[in-house]
Amino acid sequence: MNHHYVIRVTSKLLIPFILLFGLYVQFHGDFGPGGGFQAGVIFAAAFILYALVFGLDNARKVVPDEVVRFGMAGGVLIYGLTGVVNMFLGGEYLNYSTLNDNSVHGQHYGIFAVELGVGVTVCSVMIAIFFSFAGRNHKLDELEE
Amino acid sequence: MTCTIIMVVRLHNLFAVVMLSGIYSLLAASIFVVFDAVDVAFTEAAVGAGVSTVLLLGALSLATPEERTPEKFSALPLCIVFLVGAILIYATLDMPLYGDPNAPIHQHVAPYYLEQGIIDTGIPNVVTQVLASYRGFDTLGEVFVVFTAGIGVLMLLDRGVVTRRHRRSGGGSK
Repeated sequence: MNHHYVIRVTSKLLIPFILLFGLYVQFHGDFGPGGGFQAGVIFAAAFILYALVFGLDNARKVVPDEVVRFGMAGGVLIYGLTGVVNMFLGGEYLNYSTLNDNSVHGQHYGIFAVELGVGVTVCSVMIAIFFSFAGRNHKLDELEE
Repeated sequence: MTCTIIMVVRLHNLFAVVMLSGIYSLLAASIFVVFDAVDVAFTEAAVGAGVSTVLLLGALSLATPEERTPEKFSALPLCIVFLVGAILIYATLDMPLYGDPNAPIHQHVAPYYLEQGIIDTGIPNVVTQVLASYRGFDTLGEVFVVFTAGIGVLMLLDRGVVTRRHRRSGGGSK
């Protein structure tokens, strides 16, 4: 899509705002609609838009495969380890009240960490699925050469 | 919505089908907004109308743009579809009316969440409270499901091509 100037310029303008909106949905999910899952999808949509307009190879330079794979497992780890930390602090698994002397603040921190884990995993999985779908064309082309 | 679904079934151009399914998701999202389920609407719009449409387009670029018409008409699948549909509609007759305050779902733990949630967690969004705190285990399971789905897609889509390339270049450990 190198020759579509309008698409290139508008998507360049839009991508920062999509990322910002994703972060807003992630960290404002406690107060408004949204949360980790939606934020992850929106965040991934920004990268997918980038890959659609500027090509898969450029997008792979922005988010290398290792980062995506690390993110997939990392999000699950953030979630799971939050629960383990709760256990070490003397509560049940995923009982966030132990994270702070004030149980309400503890709940806040816990939900924050957990939503972050959900967001990271969902975002990475979406990017990974898109990359492997779009990358298949590339690889098949290479094979036929 | 019904129009889009009928079109999806009738049309044979897969590109149009993908676009219509995106429109269907967007309409579904607006219905969720009407029912005040903003979080669900958000998800439906982002996943159904956005990402999955792009993924289907990606899949479409690997396949032919026209649907192949089946050679002969068989009645058995149609019968099964109608039978299952009839059973599902019959099952909905037992459900309480929409918005009925005496429905079991409004009597069980929901009042506790609505009254105590803000005191326990200090978070105004009830959906986030329930999802992340009261039902933390369920959400952990969901994250694992997403993770497993991602791993599965990576294994299915990346492996075949890589092994073929290995075989062609005559090297590489299996």
